[in-house]
Amino acid sequence: MSEATQYEEINDLLSKKTGYKEGFVTQTSVETFEKGISEEVVRAISAKKNEPEWMLEFRLKAYRHWLTMEEPHWAKANYNPLDYQDYSYYSAPECSACGGDTCAADEAKKAEIAEMDLEVAKAFAALGVPIVGSENENTNIAVDAIFDSVSVSTTKREELEKLGIIFCSFSEAVHEHPELVQKYLGTVVPYHDNYFAALNSAVASDGTFVYIPENVRCPIDLSTYFRINEAKTGQFERTILIADKNSYVSYLEGCSAPVRDTYQLHAAVVEVIVLDDAEVKYSTVQNWYPGDDDCEGGILNFVTKRGICEGKNSKLSWTQAETGSAITWKYPSCILKGDNSIGEFYSVALTNRRQQADTGTKMIHIGKNTRSTIISKGLSAGRSDNTYRGLVKILPSAENARNFTQCDSMLIGDQCGAHTFPYIEVENATAKMEHEATTSRIGEDQLFYCQQRGISEQDAISMIVNGYCKEVFKELPLEFAQEAEELLAISLEGSVG
Amino acid sequence: MLLNVENLKAEVAEDGKQILKGLNLQVNPGEVHAIMGPNGAGKSTFSSVLAGREDYEVTEGTVDFDGEDLLEMDAEERARKGLFLAFQYPVEIPGVSNKLFMQTALNAIREEKGLPALDMFDFDEYVQEKMELMGMRKDMLERSVNVGFSGGEKKRNDIFQMALLEPKLCIMDETDSGLDIDALKVVANGVNSLRDPNRSFIVVTHYQRLLDYIKPDFVHVLYDGKIVKSGGFELVHELEDQGYDSIIQSHEAQLAG
Repeated sequence: MSEATQYEEINDLLSKKTGYKEGFVTQTSVETFEKGISEEVVRAISAKKNEPEWMLEFRLKAYRHWLTMEEPHWAKANYNPLDYQDYSYYSAPECSACGGDTCAADEAKKAEIAEMDLEVAKAFAALGVPIVGSENENTNIAVDAIFDSVSVSTTKREELEKLGIIFCSFSEAVHEHPELVQKYLGTVVPYHDNYFAALNSAVASDGTFVYIPENVRCPIDLSTYFRINEAKTGQFERTILIADKNSYVSYLEGCSAPVRDTYQLHAAVVEVIVLDDAEVKYSTVQNWYPGDDDCEGGILNFVTKRGICEGKNSKLSWTQAETGSAITWKYPSCILKGDNSIGEFYSVALTNRRQQADTGTKMIHIGKNTRSTIISKGLSAGRSDNTYRGLVKILPSAENARNFTQCDSMLIGDQCGAHTFPYIEVENATAKMEHEATTSRIGEDQLFYCQQRGISEQDAISMIVNGYCKEVFKELPLEFAQEAEELLAISLEGSVG
Repeated sequence: MLLNVENLKAEVAEDGKQILKGLNLQVNPGEVHAIMGPNGAGKSTFSSVLAGREDYEVTEGTVDFDGEDLLEMDAEERARKGLFLAFQYPVEIPGVSNKLFMQTALNAIREEKGLPALDMFDFDEYVQEKMELMGMRKDMLERSVNVGFSGGEKKRNDIFQMALLEPKLCIMDETDSGLDIDALKVVANGVNSLRDPNRSFIVVTHYQRLLDYIKPDFVHVLYDGKIVKSGGFELVHELEDQGYDSIIQSHEAQLAG
């Protein structure tokens, strides 16, 4: 039997409509800037947030640099050049934090508790995200909820404050902890790093700021939930996470957006700084709207995430489950500067229909005895393209550096693609590198074997896929692992009868 | 009667090549039937058609299984109704433990029977008993389905699954191929221990070796898509002495005459 006919049936089933249950639109009164970007817009965003001069300077520097740059198209993803004048760069529910012109952080905080827009609250409730004053606020997790351009609710702050942990929106941090923000902003991802990082630095709307003080083990998971609601609005959040000496934190990120018919832009920057003997676990479950069957209207997810293991014996671990977005362009990276520091990257990226994902990591080894592990699992279905792109770089100073890389690809159907581009640069002869890569296909044989034992096709597919992703899911916090498994099942819905 | 196959004709779905050309077979509860034949006679096709593999299309004939029309059911339904196929090449499923796989399968079959699902603890208890019976290694439950198993271990795992699912009809598709004599004995012992007045077997094989251990009640010779000779266990030895040629020749002489 030829491969074409063998997979015809799977492809037929895959083309059925899949349900994106987070696709609802919230009706709320909003304040949205006119479309377009200019120096005036950058100044207006800064003014809206009542920002100090240094922050405005940072934005303007980035904006001017951005103008000199070109939109990158080297990724294995096709999209037409974007019209940046056709997006709005600021949108906020009117009565939430920082809504008024005279808003100061303290007032904003009060306003957020007292008058968070009911519709916004409902939207987060529908997504199962705990927010201030909601019934499920008492879950063992602290959440920063971001709606379009602003943070609307941060829970559990008082408890965390007792431990000296700062967990607030980026805007608040600019006002309340300017010394920390100034010290770290742009140190891991400079404003000139790349096109989208420059854009983000210019128009960064909000984001999350986390600081874990020395010798503190954060007792609960910290989490940010991003929601894009307004059409034709870009979300440009900036997240900074600092783990001071000998501290520990587990940080989670979730995202979704309503169904729209034009591309929405998401260009975030995340900077993580890990000092001596500290450990950060950063987990993401990304479920941005992937668009319709041709991926029109989905989210363009162009994200720069980078962390530095600044101190000795520090550890940074990225875990991501990527199921959404029309196009994903994302390489969470580790700069292993401290001696004996450890970088890890665990990733599951699923693409279906016409989704395109170009994702991977960079491990830059600078310190002695630094170690990195990369486990990447790509799953392609429909007519999608799934690319792993990774760089492992061992600098001359990195004596005895070690890297283990494993890139697996699984194909479901015969019209999808899987690609692997591993770049390895070794400048120190003591380095030890291991690289393994496999490509497999969910075969008719596997499905038939399961069915012959009485297992339905749907259960068989999800069993096989989850088995394949197990190595990565076990790195996710428990609830997140469950969510990721469910997301996979939903994203593959319609791939079987 | 458990299985009644009448005038079954089937072809390869892709190219329309006819493989089964009017096959008849009756199996009563508790009986063990062996189907032998030269390469290309249609032995594996027959197993696949009974199990519901979609690579083949039935063009004529009927198959009645326990009072129901087998050909109307899809593969998983057939399995749930008690039809089990031991594969010639059991399939590997990385990352899925034997435990999860078997618990899912067993509960699907229990649901069909109107029995409550077994939770992890009940399943563990149930499985221990069967593992001792089949002499399975304790760590196999945690291992991925057939991954890193030798040929013999894979076949044994299939027989073990058979023991767990307690089917009414077990079809063994050249289970003996590629097994050394020790592995063959293990498989045969497993099958013998599962013989039961309410369970029937169809043992498809190219060689008589396995049949010496299993001792079937009936032996059929399949040639060119049809059963050309049936008999008792003594037919195995006749084949051993004379090979397929004499049976095929007398069959063709009959056709010509």
